[in-house]
Amino acid sequence: MLTKILSGDMPRSTALAVVLIAILIGLAFAPFIFPGVRSVDTAARISIFIVLVASYDLMLGYGGIVSFAHTMFFGLGAYGVALASTHMGRGFDALLVGSVSGALIAALLALLIGLFSLRVRAIFFAMITLAVASAVAVLVSQLSGLTGGEDGLSYKIPRALGPAFKFADGELFGVRMDGKLLKYYLVFFSSLILFLVMLRIVHSPFGRVLLAIRENDFRAEAIGYRVVHYRVAATCISAAIAALAGALYAIWLRYVGPDTSLSMEIMIDILLMVVIGGMGTMYGAVIGATLFVLAQNYLQNLMDVAANAVTGVPILPDLLNADRWLLWLGVLFILSVYFFPTGIVGRLRQPR
Amino acid sequence: MSAAPQHNPTMARMSLAERLAPHAPVLLIVGLMILGLIAIPSTSSWLTLTVSGLAMGMMIFIMASGLTLVFGLMDVINFGHGAFVSVGAFVGISLLLVLEQMTGAPALWLNLTAMMVAIVGAMAATGLMGWAFERVIVKPVYGHHLKQILVTMGGLIVVEQLIIVLWGPEEIFINRPEALKGAITFAGAALEKYRLVAVGIGIVVFLAMRWVLRRTKIGLIVRAGVENGEMVEALGYRLRLVFVGVFIAGSALAGLGGVLWGLYQEVITAQMGNHTMILIFIVVIIGGLGSVEGCFIGALLVGLMQNYVAFLEPKLALISNIGLMVAILMWRPMGMIPVVKAK
Repeated sequence: MLTKILSGDMPRSTALAVVLIAILIGLAFAPFIFPGVRSVDTAARISIFIVLVASYDLMLGYGGIVSFAHTMFFGLGAYGVALASTHMGRGFDALLVGSVSGALIAALLALLIGLFSLRVRAIFFAMITLAVASAVAVLVSQLSGLTGGEDGLSYKIPRALGPAFKFADGELFGVRMDGKLLKYYLVFFSSLILFLVMLRIVHSPFGRVLLAIRENDFRAEAIGYRVVHYRVAATCISAAIAALAGALYAIWLRYVGPDTSLSMEIMIDILLMVVIGGMGTMYGAVIGATLFVLAQNYLQNLMDVAANAVTGVPILPDLLNADRWLLWLGVLFILSVYFFPTGIVGRLRQPR
Repeated sequence: MSAAPQHNPTMARMSLAERLAPHAPVLLIVGLMILGLIAIPSTSSWLTLTVSGLAMGMMIFIMASGLTLVFGLMDVINFGHGAFVSVGAFVGISLLLVLEQMTGAPALWLNLTAMMVAIVGAMAATGLMGWAFERVIVKPVYGHHLKQILVTMGGLIVVEQLIIVLWGPEEIFINRPEALKGAITFAGAALEKYRLVAVGIGIVVFLAMRWVLRRTKIGLIVRAGVENGEMVEALGYRLRLVFVGVFIAGSALAGLGGVLWGLYQEVITAQMGNHTMILIFIVVIIGGLGSVEGCFIGALLVGLMQNYVAFLEPKLALISNIGLMVAILMWRPMGMIPVVKAK
């Protein structure tokens, strides 16, 4: 049963299994274990980023393709929900239409970019996605009539997902049974399902071919697989799932803007999460995203403390300033690509 | 003894299209200019736009040339190239700010000396940084594209953040040297002096680069290395050293481009390298990765396109370059002047 749900990919390491179960329990009961607006928000962000990072890993770790447009796909889903909710009024149909059309457009765009670049050279894809993603970001901020420009869009989501809606009286373990709880579980279960679907995809014959291509594309082609087709298909699936993650994020935040869904910073965050967690395993995405989002929310406070501790010393306070945490992440990123390219999961799974 | 068989070959006259085909990329620039002339109502504004397009193209070329050569020679794709642009701009502009008395004076030679000092300083700084970057970041990941992309991107993030640590997070505004402010009027069109200078520097750099690549021994080794590195090494040349040299030169050129770009925009930010990278990538892709001439032509095309479209329909400017790239990739999937590698 468990093997079936996990598509045969068991953690294969006690430590990894413990961590994964802890994360699953933590997320599944987050509103009860960690009550409080901020911690539930963190849990929802973690769920969504796990899906986003796993979908990126499908491309990077399995397909061996580097893309810099993943936030663009993420943003397409988010803006899909936002635009549908703005124009169709609040309702579940708007959410559905928005997410599905966002995912379709993302897949279509990925198909176009993939056909143009992947047939020549896989590295073209990295450059072209960088160019296209930045063009889309500029376009979104310029078309302010449609997208709200730099200010973004705020919209209403169905009443059943708002704090005013109560589906049961009283409290369960001190938590109010309101729409906010429903919204959290909508996000959580959608993320879980999307994650399991991806796990299924990478362990299907299709996923095996992707692995073969990553290891040696020339040989895979010689065996008779059309490398370009497989790579383009992986890109499209990955883009569609990223868009769905974006849709979840838009539902959770009830706001989209260039900073929350399209910026280059998020792209860099995704890269870091994949590499730190471990490329080429779906569980790496889980660990990477969890660690990173937690660090983002709580470690920055710690850096502030450290910076205050060394005031007076030249440059050091600047280096430890909480705004400079990308610097340290960058260093960490380079070091982890060099010294442990398989990431945390690879390390944990290593036979001793 | 039988006579040799009659043999008098006739050459079919090449059609005009066949004779033009090798020059198609250059003709594309001319074609784009003519299109611009038709689309833009007044000739004087066309002239202004063409000059600024050429200036922009030259600056992009200076920044992109290093990237394309590094790729051609060692198959290294450097996503951190933009870091050199930023650092070059910051070092150069800081020097110009220190030399304020020279740039503020209305004397042309004082201004140009200050600019020379800034450019040399910036190129030295970025050249040195290129050497360190090659040593620390690029060297351990030779022959591994995926890791190269990731690691050099990480390098870009680190350098960008270090710039913010050293120079502060605010953008720095800068005045152009006194003698390069303003415009001259030519045939009714206002041509900014600074842009003319940028075009001049660009042409000088391109010709110098061509001369080095075509006429010197080191250029011969570099060109041979692009075509077949293994053979060059078998003949006893240490291609690695040549490569480090090219990497340093390319970084220094990016620094030069950064100074010019900073003065052109009159404002510098830590993210400028990242922003220019987008144009640089478009240029090297449409030019053909590894080809200097292709990079030059591609840069001019992008510069002209951007300026024409920005005048006609401002919102389409960046999209137009993506469109240009798509069109060229449909025509020649490997870029306009593809680099043929001997395998």
